[in-house]
Amino acid sequence: MSTNQIAKLALRGEYALPARARRLLLAFLHRFGLPLALIALWQLLSGAGFISPALLPSPLYVAETVVYLLDSGDLWRHVSASGQRVIQGYLLAALLAVALGIAIGIFHSLDRFVDLLIQILKPVPPIAWIPLAILWFGIDEGAKIFIIALGAFFPILVSTVDAIRQTDKRYVELARALELPRRLFILKIMLPGALPQVMSGLRLGLALAWMCVVAAELIAASSGIGFLIMDGRAVSQADLVLAGMLALGVLGKITDDALRYLERRLIRWRSQFNGLGAA
Amino acid sequence: MTATLLAGRPAAADAGAATAPTLRVKELSKSYAGADGAAVHALEHITLDFPAGSVTSIVGASGCGKSTLLKIIAGLEQGDAGEVALGEERLAGARLNRGIVFQDHRLLPWMTVEQNVELALHRVEPAARRAIVDEKLELVGLRAFRTAYPHQLSGGMAQRVAIARALAHRPSVLLLDEPFGALDAMTRLQLQDELLRIRQSERITTILVTHDIEEALYLGDRIAVLTNRPGRLAALLDVDLPRPRGRGDPAFAAMRLSLYERFFHVEK
Repeated sequence: MSTNQIAKLALRGEYALPARARRLLLAFLHRFGLPLALIALWQLLSGAGFISPALLPSPLYVAETVVYLLDSGDLWRHVSASGQRVIQGYLLAALLAVALGIAIGIFHSLDRFVDLLIQILKPVPPIAWIPLAILWFGIDEGAKIFIIALGAFFPILVSTVDAIRQTDKRYVELARALELPRRLFILKIMLPGALPQVMSGLRLGLALAWMCVVAAELIAASSGIGFLIMDGRAVSQADLVLAGMLALGVLGKITDDALRYLERRLIRWRSQFNGLGAA
Repeated sequence: MTATLLAGRPAAADAGAATAPTLRVKELSKSYAGADGAAVHALEHITLDFPAGSVTSIVGASGCGKSTLLKIIAGLEQGDAGEVALGEERLAGARLNRGIVFQDHRLLPWMTVEQNVELALHRVEPAARRAIVDEKLELVGLRAFRTAYPHQLSGGMAQRVAIARALAHRPSVLLLDEPFGALDAMTRLQLQDELLRIRQSERITTILVTHDIEEALYLGDRIAVLTNRPGRLAALLDVDLPRPRGRGDPAFAAMRLSLYERFFHVEK
């Protein structure tokens, strides 16, 4: 039976997809239907001339730009520049924040000592540091890494301290009953119990790292996705801006997925709630 | 009625526990500030001996301080006056020589069954731990679940692992704080028999805090009744019923009823 014949039969309601294929189709639509429908609507409106291409180019036009940028290697150059900054800044922040957070969570006197400073520094947006960072580090990589690290640092730190502080008192009592030495208490009870919330903080920190890299690149850079977006604005090419935004979305999702994978591997003991109706 | 008011006569302790020391609670008092600021006398001048190998049930209305008494014996709380001693040794602070099972199983969710039991063996050299874990899991019938995580266990199974953990370091005393209170009725009956079997093989001095009179009667060699605020020892009764005890047995039923009438003001 040719596709054409099947289509005719289906229109007359005489052909139904096999159950399995129907389930797959439904699952696909459930997952991808919303973005696909929005893109289709956008394309239709653009094609019909309702949207000015100068303000918002059509999806197909943006796709052409992405292909062109991929072909020329430009996109990869910008992605890898931003990616390297994010990795360096983020790793630096994650290491420092987790270590300091654990120490603050465990030692009350350290908490008292650094708390005021942290409370005051935390609300200052990382973007506000950009002028100082450029003064200190020049417009080099250092300034961007500094901004990224700063942005990721506080959410990770706060989550880690909270996570340690939320150690279940019942487990503290258990540890006393078992005469658990302090070292074992920290290693076997405190840290594993804190891990889920530390991982949440690490994911939040990563999202902030991506925000900060763009902020830093918007202001002073000659490469990176933020630069691509700024460049697109300067030459009035909205398709470049959209290509850069798309790249950020995809990269953010991929790196968050990586952390979620790590989280699942590390925290296999938890039976997690995935929302009503989840499998 | 077969119960006799007892004044210090050691209850029918099983043979084999003769070398284990007696646990003694002497003139123990504990009070704390209540919600209105007035002192609440949770425990007042409690003096009670727990002969080696005996099973003592401590009953009383909720809030009567029976759990406080158990926690002081465990060393997790401190009395205001009086002392707790194991043989000649005066007890201060929690030690591994008293194993405790809480009402919630309190297994660490990130550890497997065997890792949870092993946690009590940090004083034992690593090479010897596995055999002890195996032995204790065998005792509670859960060797097949050694690599399971707590969320994969039923409530009854989790509580059995908790018992295995409490026994792992070979304590002289096993303390049970309403251990089956959170379980459904069927599982509770099962675990009561399980506990009797475990005690039979371990021959360990056991103190069981419960609000369930039937459970206290079914498991205990003796029953200590505590009054509510002030928490005083109202009576120490010997349970002279032969084992295995039948819950429907006339003597059992008569004793249960008399306990209710005497201490819990239930009309006939």
